[in-house]
Amino acid sequence: MDILVCMKQVPDTETKIQINAQGSGIVAEGIKYVMNPYDEFAVEEALRIKEKFGGTVTIVSMGPARATEAIRTALAMGADKGVHLNDPAFEGADSYATAKALAAAIKPLPCNIILCGKQAVDNDNAQVYAAVAEMLGMPHVSVVTKLEIAADGKSATAEREVEGGAKEVVQASLPVLVAAQKGLNEPRYASLPGIMKAKKKPIDVVDLAKSGLAAGDVGAAGSKLKPVKYSLPPEREAGKVLEGEPEELAAKLVKLLREEAKAI
Amino acid sequence: MATGIWVIAEQKDGKLKKVSLEMLSKAREMAGGEQVTALLLGSGVEGLAAGMGPYGADKVLVFDAPVLKEYTTDAYTKVIVDAVKEGGPAILLGPATATGKDLLPRVAARLNTGLASDCVNLRMEGGKLLATRPIYAGKCIVDASVPDALPQMASVRPNVLAVGDADASKKAEVVKKDANVTDADLKAILKEIVRGASETVDLTEASIIVAGGRAMKEKSNFKILWDLAQVLGPGTTVGASRAAVDSGYAEHSMQVGQTGKVVNPNLYIACGISGAIQHLAGMRTSKVIVAINKDPEAPIFQKADYGIVGDLFKVVPLLTEEIRKLKAQD
Repeated sequence: MDILVCMKQVPDTETKIQINAQGSGIVAEGIKYVMNPYDEFAVEEALRIKEKFGGTVTIVSMGPARATEAIRTALAMGADKGVHLNDPAFEGADSYATAKALAAAIKPLPCNIILCGKQAVDNDNAQVYAAVAEMLGMPHVSVVTKLEIAADGKSATAEREVEGGAKEVVQASLPVLVAAQKGLNEPRYASLPGIMKAKKKPIDVVDLAKSGLAAGDVGAAGSKLKPVKYSLPPEREAGKVLEGEPEELAAKLVKLLREEAKAI
Repeated sequence: MATGIWVIAEQKDGKLKKVSLEMLSKAREMAGGEQVTALLLGSGVEGLAAGMGPYGADKVLVFDAPVLKEYTTDAYTKVIVDAVKEGGPAILLGPATATGKDLLPRVAARLNTGLASDCVNLRMEGGKLLATRPIYAGKCIVDASVPDALPQMASVRPNVLAVGDADASKKAEVVKKDANVTDADLKAILKEIVRGASETVDLTEASIIVAGGRAMKEKSNFKILWDLAQVLGPGTTVGASRAAVDSGYAEHSMQVGQTGKVVNPNLYIACGISGAIQHLAGMRTSKVIVAINKDPEAPIFQKADYGIVGDLFKVVPLLTEEIRKLKAQD
């Protein structure tokens, strides 16, 4: 089974975000980058499929040179090889232009299933997976918390989270794209031997020329959604701290919520 | 030339979702003299169309067909893309609900256009839609536009935009349309819907959220939060911090924060949640925040409108009792 994972390197969720003086982007200095948390579930699921069916797990990622670290992390978890879309022309891409580049890199590869995280926790677009599937003419199933591949390797049944705790069971023939939600699995940690082995695993660097796309198709030039201005949300002020005995506190709070905040 | 604003309305179990009216009200405000058109998809939903006129829809396109009874990516994408190609709106809005989050990215990709997801405000600037959206789970805000592609798309976060006053004199023209969906269009097939054990309003659409953290100590203790949620009435649900989810006290679908759901209820009651940066990012836009925590130094108190330093196991049941009394008087 040829299993592909689209992965993004993002700032650690601990990061305090700051805006540059022009309001044209976030301050990159001092940020620690990690594999997008939802992509960890995608990598783990890919490895489990490989353990069951055999085959190859390929990590496809777009990003600057530093993204290699996140690709190596996935290789250390057990993926077999990486494809790294790295070219200054790819920079500043929105979801559409990102999907264009990823789809172009995936197209020549053998592929039975593509796994992605349901969203990257930096720009929170949650669109790339759907656009990649569309551009490759595949169905997608999003926010997946359970995945079964049929024994014959021809179809997949996925459970996806819908609203208020309900779930849907969706079935599709392969190839299909699955966007992972937390709960799909418990991602493994890379072992020390895994980390050593990862150093020797191949990463194929795909630049603009190799992608076969034109400069106008990718990066900021190929983007449909353009950022105009970045800002920080207003800080919330700390409010009242109530003191007293629990009985008194509960009564006081209910009165404030009703009369002052008008929230109940 | 592309003109007009289209709104993909969402209904569930034969009722229009409030976010549909939120979008229509905003569309009306932005449209000026241009037409506002609602799209309504489902089976047996035609009766809901007229209700959108008073909120700003000049026209409602109704796609009423058995194949649209339950949402599927493939059928809904096909119907909407066909309609947009025929009608050519300048702007296409949809809800950032569980359904909308699956549907709109696919529609945008098929139309080769840009989509601003999960927006908290929309306005017109220089004849173009300017969308405001939180990123990094709300740690940062970006204004973005789709300057060179059509339609300009945005999905709208529920509970943020105001619903305008209904104008009963405004009637929408209701136009019945065919849904041209064939078996060949359906690649991912919906087999079953599994209802949750404690299925309530979704966190992202809830008006009140009672959330529990690590201090809940065990799964069964969440019952006191559900009890409080119940007396607070419909529109209330229970959430959890990542610490509580990772400790196995609550389902993943209940997690609030950067790797869970970003929420914006009218009232957020944080019980035994210390307030990690990822959690605060996910709930900071709640209109009123209450924190109940034993630790007076917990960061959550810096964001709370009302803080109670105390034992949640004592305070929460008392709070439930007080609210029950209050509601009995209403």
